[in-house]
Amino acid sequence: MPDAGNGNNDRQDATLRLDTSSADRITRTTCYMCACRCGIKVHLKDGRIRYIEGNRDHPVNKGVLCAKGSAGIMTHYSPARLRKPLRRVGPRGSGEYQEIEWDEAMAIATDWLGAIRRSDPRKLAFFTGRDQSQALTGWWASQFGTPNHAAHGGFCSVNMAAAGLYTIGGSFWEFGEPDWEHTRYFLMFGVAEDHDSNPIKIGLGKLKSRGAAKFVSVNPVRTGYSAIADEWIGIRPGTDGLLVLALIQELLRAGKIDEEYLCRYTNAPWLVIQDEGAADHGLFARDAAGQPLVFDSVTQVVASAHQVDARPQLAGKVTLADGRRAVPAFHVVAKRCLEPQYSADAVAAETGIGADVIRRIAAELAHAAFEQTVVIDQPWTDWTGRRHDRMVGRPVSMHAMRGISAHSNGFHTCRAIHVLQMLLGAVDSPGSFRYKPPFPRPTPPAIKPTGSPAQVQAGKPMPGPPLGFPTSPLDLLVEADGTPRRLDKAYSWEAPLAAHGMMHQVIHNAWAGDPHKIDTLFLFMANMSWNSSMNTTGTIDMLTDKDPATGDYRIPHIIYSDAYASEMVAYADLVLPDTTYLERWDCISLLDRPICDADGVADSIRQPVVAPDRDVRPFQEVLIDLGTRLGLPGLVKEDGSPRYPGGFPDYLVHHERKPGVGMLAGWRGAAGDKQGVGAVNEGQLDAYVANGCFWRHEIPAEARYFKHVNRAYLDWAVGMGLIDKAEPIVLQLYSEVLQKFRLAAEGHGDVQPPDQHRERVRTYFDPLPLWYMPFEEAAVARDAFPLHAITQRPMAMYHSWGSQNAWLRQIHGENRLHIHRATAARLGIADDDWVAVTSHHGRIKVQAKLMDGVNPNTVWTWNAIGKRSGAWNLAPKAGESQRGFLLNHVISELLPVRGDGYRYGNSDPVTGQAAWYDLRVRVEKIAAGDSVSEPQFATLPVPPHLPERPGVLRYGAGFRAAVHGDAKATGDAK
Amino acid sequence: MTSLPAQPSAKRLGLVIDLDICVGCHACAVNCKEWNSGGVAAPLTDLAPYGADPDGVWFNRVHTFEVGEGAAGRTVHFPRSCLHCAEPACVTVCPTGASYKRAEDGIVLVNEDLCIGCKLCSWACPYGAREFDEDAGVMKKCTLCIDRIYNTTFDPEDRVPACVATCPASARHFGDLGDPDSAVSKLVAEREGFDLMAEMGYAPTNKYLPPRPRQQSAGCTGAPARLAPATPAQAGGLLGWLDRLLSQ
Amino acid sequence: MHPSLSVILFTTASGAGYGLLALLGVLAPFGVLPADRMFGLVALALALGAITGGLVSSAFHLGQRQRAWRAFSQWRTSWLSREGVAAVATYLPAGLFGIGWVFLGVVMKAAGLLSALGAVATVFCTAMIYRSLKPVPRWHNRWVVPNYLALALMSGTLWLMLVLQIFGPRPELYVLAPATIVLAAFLKLAYWRFIDSAPATSTAGSATGLGSLGTVRLFEAPHTSENYLLKEMGFQIARKHAARLRRIATGLGFGLPFVLSLAPFVVAGWPAVAAAFVAAALGTAGVFVERWLFFAEAQHAVTLFYGRSEV
Repeated sequence: MPDAGNGNNDRQDATLRLDTSSADRITRTTCYMCACRCGIKVHLKDGRIRYIEGNRDHPVNKGVLCAKGSAGIMTHYSPARLRKPLRRVGPRGSGEYQEIEWDEAMAIATDWLGAIRRSDPRKLAFFTGRDQSQALTGWWASQFGTPNHAAHGGFCSVNMAAAGLYTIGGSFWEFGEPDWEHTRYFLMFGVAEDHDSNPIKIGLGKLKSRGAAKFVSVNPVRTGYSAIADEWIGIRPGTDGLLVLALIQELLRAGKIDEEYLCRYTNAPWLVIQDEGAADHGLFARDAAGQPLVFDSVTQVVASAHQVDARPQLAGKVTLADGRRAVPAFHVVAKRCLEPQYSADAVAAETGIGADVIRRIAAELAHAAFEQTVVIDQPWTDWTGRRHDRMVGRPVSMHAMRGISAHSNGFHTCRAIHVLQMLLGAVDSPGSFRYKPPFPRPTPPAIKPTGSPAQVQAGKPMPGPPLGFPTSPLDLLVEADGTPRRLDKAYSWEAPLAAHGMMHQVIHNAWAGDPHKIDTLFLFMANMSWNSSMNTTGTIDMLTDKDPATGDYRIPHIIYSDAYASEMVAYADLVLPDTTYLERWDCISLLDRPICDADGVADSIRQPVVAPDRDVRPFQEVLIDLGTRLGLPGLVKEDGSPRYPGGFPDYLVHHERKPGVGMLAGWRGAAGDKQGVGAVNEGQLDAYVANGCFWRHEIPAEARYFKHVNRAYLDWAVGMGLIDKAEPIVLQLYSEVLQKFRLAAEGHGDVQPPDQHRERVRTYFDPLPLWYMPFEEAAVARDAFPLHAITQRPMAMYHSWGSQNAWLRQIHGENRLHIHRATAARLGIADDDWVAVTSHHGRIKVQAKLMDGVNPNTVWTWNAIGKRSGAWNLAPKAGESQRGFLLNHVISELLPVRGDGYRYGNSDPVTGQAAWYDLRVRVEKIAAGDSVSEPQFATLPVPPHLPERPGVLRYGAGFRAAVHGDAKATGDAK
Repeated sequence: MTSLPAQPSAKRLGLVIDLDICVGCHACAVNCKEWNSGGVAAPLTDLAPYGADPDGVWFNRVHTFEVGEGAAGRTVHFPRSCLHCAEPACVTVCPTGASYKRAEDGIVLVNEDLCIGCKLCSWACPYGAREFDEDAGVMKKCTLCIDRIYNTTFDPEDRVPACVATCPASARHFGDLGDPDSAVSKLVAEREGFDLMAEMGYAPTNKYLPPRPRQQSAGCTGAPARLAPATPAQAGGLLGWLDRLLSQ
Repeated sequence: MHPSLSVILFTTASGAGYGLLALLGVLAPFGVLPADRMFGLVALALALGAITGGLVSSAFHLGQRQRAWRAFSQWRTSWLSREGVAAVATYLPAGLFGIGWVFLGVVMKAAGLLSALGAVATVFCTAMIYRSLKPVPRWHNRWVVPNYLALALMSGTLWLMLVLQIFGPRPELYVLAPATIVLAAFLKLAYWRFIDSAPATSTAGSATGLGSLGTVRLFEAPHTSENYLLKEMGFQIARKHAARLRRIATGLGFGLPFVLSLAPFVVAGWPAVAAAFVAAALGTAGVFVERWLFFAEAQHAVTLFYGRSEV
């Protein structure tokens, strides 16, 4: 905007070069410094990366870029990058390796995996971390024939995803977003720093600048987003469900609910059979055609719920044709929510939130929803054919994430939030939460997990994907005796709806041979010997434990792919070095976790920006090569020749999941003129590259709200290949799926839980909203472990796995345990004191830092700052290892022993979600000693041939020298 | 020359930072580091980048404060960089003429070729804007991205400082604070933007916008303090049922 | 402020040197001092040696020593530049003064007085470097310049007394030493009293502009390890350590030298020489400690962003 910069009236200006081009070439691609998938422009100069900035045209970040994305240069050029395949030569964990050629590495992997596939494919456990190629990895696991596959969702936020998908056919983040433009009230629960990084920051900036909305953050810690909230509710961890149910109760008492919305778009009016003891008790009453029934208040008869003219009744007992009693789903849901334990007064003590505050927030929600209605002059037609001349919305939006999810009551808490949304009519109406395509999908999506005995056969692919959505006990992956089929016990009676698998149980179970032994553990980008495991110390022991009888490792083979010398590398037998994100093709597919927004469908790719200067290969490339060598049917032709000789880019373009549907939805059809569904287009990648590596297609205006019941949207979504049928997606106020599992636990049906698990399944598969105390809190003595301990990743590192980044580690190079000032005073703890943190599982020594903005019953720290000495090519005495620490050491992967001696996983009983935030601890002041955090582990050696760590880093000096011919500025350390 | 321009420039380029919106994500700090690492002040040297105590040159740093107590307490993220003062003592104390304030736009710069590394300018700056590059032996500082804002190889909309271009929450604004009609000046007037440490008399160009009053009390959104129970009079149908349920 | 050894050495040594030079320049032309060449040689060598040594030491503080000459250019605004100009300019009359005295046996009045003027001007400029820094309230006050001048005068006097004791005591000047010590001690104690009681000029509230919202407390610094600002400006000394050092500086710099400076009134000959030497050495050491404290106790406003509540 300034227009004159050359008025050099000072001699000093003579040396300034203000018109220097920052790039010989600018390449557009997709960021991977966290999981947000923003569009970036990479400036290249003299073959090196000069600058990375946000791509203004990109739908995700619209030109902005966060701290992580801006630090990409340092991650790309990190001295911790692996250089060549490695074969372990010393004991596991010693970090002694020999460099080998790729041919040898691939031969070893093919040998191990080939033998497994020929005998028992289940003996391959293939788990990936925070990667964005699950559309490929899941398919590859199916092709291989093993059900033992998942990504990191099980220890991240499957409670959110599962509760959302089973309840409203969508969820938060990739699944939906607040209507930032129209919302008047934004309620955020348990959202960590920088979650959904740039979109939320852009949205909050917009919302706050607009000045017409209130932003409330419910979070035990007042940092990040919570810092700018109009109101911070410093709730006690694990009690959010109580708060939500109390809000619901207040709204119900006042009758402030959207009756019309409930009747039309949810199962609230559907009649639930009331026949205690019967096999269909609690299921929906249905007609002969299987259609659910409602009671029409006008005609006073029971009618099909899909009968357009019905004016269904929401409460009151009804007699069915067979004489049995039934009530509308709303009736039982409301009754539950009106129980006295969910009153504002009753929950105040447990949540730490005053009843007056709860009442006020309920009043504010009602006011925003019903007095500040948003109207958009856009006619639309619902699925019944009813024409609406306007879109009328309830401008209350919500967003929730890890703080809700990472508790053993997280599934039900999340369901309660969705129930609250439904009662307010605030699901995909103007001003409320909005779905992002391909959501909404059916509740739940019609994909079942694969892995039953008939589906797993030597030398054959499985007929479906390893992960899916069970809707009845028949869909579980259990043996005849009810024991788990999968290594991680997902889809067993311990975690029936484990829709993302349970990665946090894999190493323990593989080590214990429970439920079965494995041969090879194949991991990608998952730091399981450090910050991605509960019980890190125990996990390290399990990875290195040998069977005394044979002298062999209990987990016989471990293959690991990572781009960096992470802690996990030291525990692999074979290391396959990956590239950085700027050196490869990638695909952010609609089949996986796409980049859509509420107004458009979109997907994207990464393209290689620079060529690797090391002997490394992209993991996807390796997976395709390995699959081809193994002869997986999807990867070889009938004659055994490679189906995708061009590797991953070839696969991206030519692989079709079903006719016309492939990895990428843009520029399909031979001529590139089709969207969503269409034939293979040979020029597809070129089209993506030309468009900045993404494709976006706008949803028609009449289809942008009420997507779950909007005929225009449903038709459009079918046309785009997003859903199979243009049928309404009815929101599940009452969960019949959960009731089916409860009925099994009560002795109905062919597939029933073993007696050991009956009571647990019966209790937690409650079709109604529910809150119960998190398991660890209920199991340990409150006075022995009086505090909650939780973590969050800091903004500059959220979802980022490059802690060795030279710039970001200056911002967070060590972490402290944050304690409320008053709590610390009570415990005699001052700033910088060393303290012991003890849980039922273990003890760590850390340094304290006092603050005010935290729930007084809670201590917390920045997660995954602590590194193991020697890892990531950091100096052995780096702050990350000396003063940094992990809470993981005091979190057990198992719950305390029960009366019967059995130890359940430290997980949600419905989904198996890792309950990271259930941790209870006590904190005591101790002597500083050597002022080093504990536990400490032997310093890991740096893998062979990694570069020396520079003592001085002068990155960029060369760029300036090139401009100025400046001798003094040459020789940057890299 | 370390004399300040004889005529204060009419144009006073600077930043306006909105403390009400800043979430403390450090995007501005890192993007600044990234841009300037290869720019006119390159390199922004990092000492011991992978060692025990990494220490780099940064032109922009984000602090986090807690302010007030109890329910009135809040957390405020606070980015701090050169304020390009109208009365910059960092310039006048410079013995060599390396530090200077541009007459045409008020930007305060260092000519590294003249700098002897005496560090006096850093002592003279109350805001910590001066960053000594120990490796290069010279002082460095925020240039207001002078190699971006006048860079004709950039698209016009990209001719803003890196911190402003990258800020995800739009908490940073760039413009001419000498022009009362500029968007930034209007923003400052409307939001009562303030100077840091005005008592020093440095007359900073950059302004900070205060956090807005929080809406925390009853009635702040127009809603009542609590909802009135549905009354039987209005309680037909569903409400009547709820009422009966509650009175059971 | 970080007590940088090179700067402390510089101000201590050059202060003593300029103090001595100023005394020589004022006293010699009026015949108060011995006129013999050896006295002139030793006294001026001591003064110019301390000055030059101090200046050389100060160069070690610079990041780019080879460009130090550039520092003479900005005398119109910069006290540091003025100090450089004054320091160099003082060499001219001082050189003439010395050549005349040592080689020609002529004590040139004008050169002497100009040297003295230059010496005072240089110390004044040095003091003004600190005095002018608003971000350091413990420097930005009226006590700093008198302190620098008085301490330079005191340490110069003590060294003059030593040389006089060797080359020819002047009883009429004996009173100079205790008098300058008392003056310097008074000013130093007044300075300490001032900095201990002066109200804060800035607070974390004014630094952040958030003071109206309540007390401002640092939750997280921008980076977890120390940066240049903290290393240079964030130096902190515990109150009890500072108190002890003040006692040491007072005893070493003022107390003992004062007692010793009374020696010539009662003894003569080598005991008086020894007393003068110890007084000069202790006085200078005391000034060194005082100077260290001058930095260590100075709080920079930038620390308000790093957790300090007021400066």
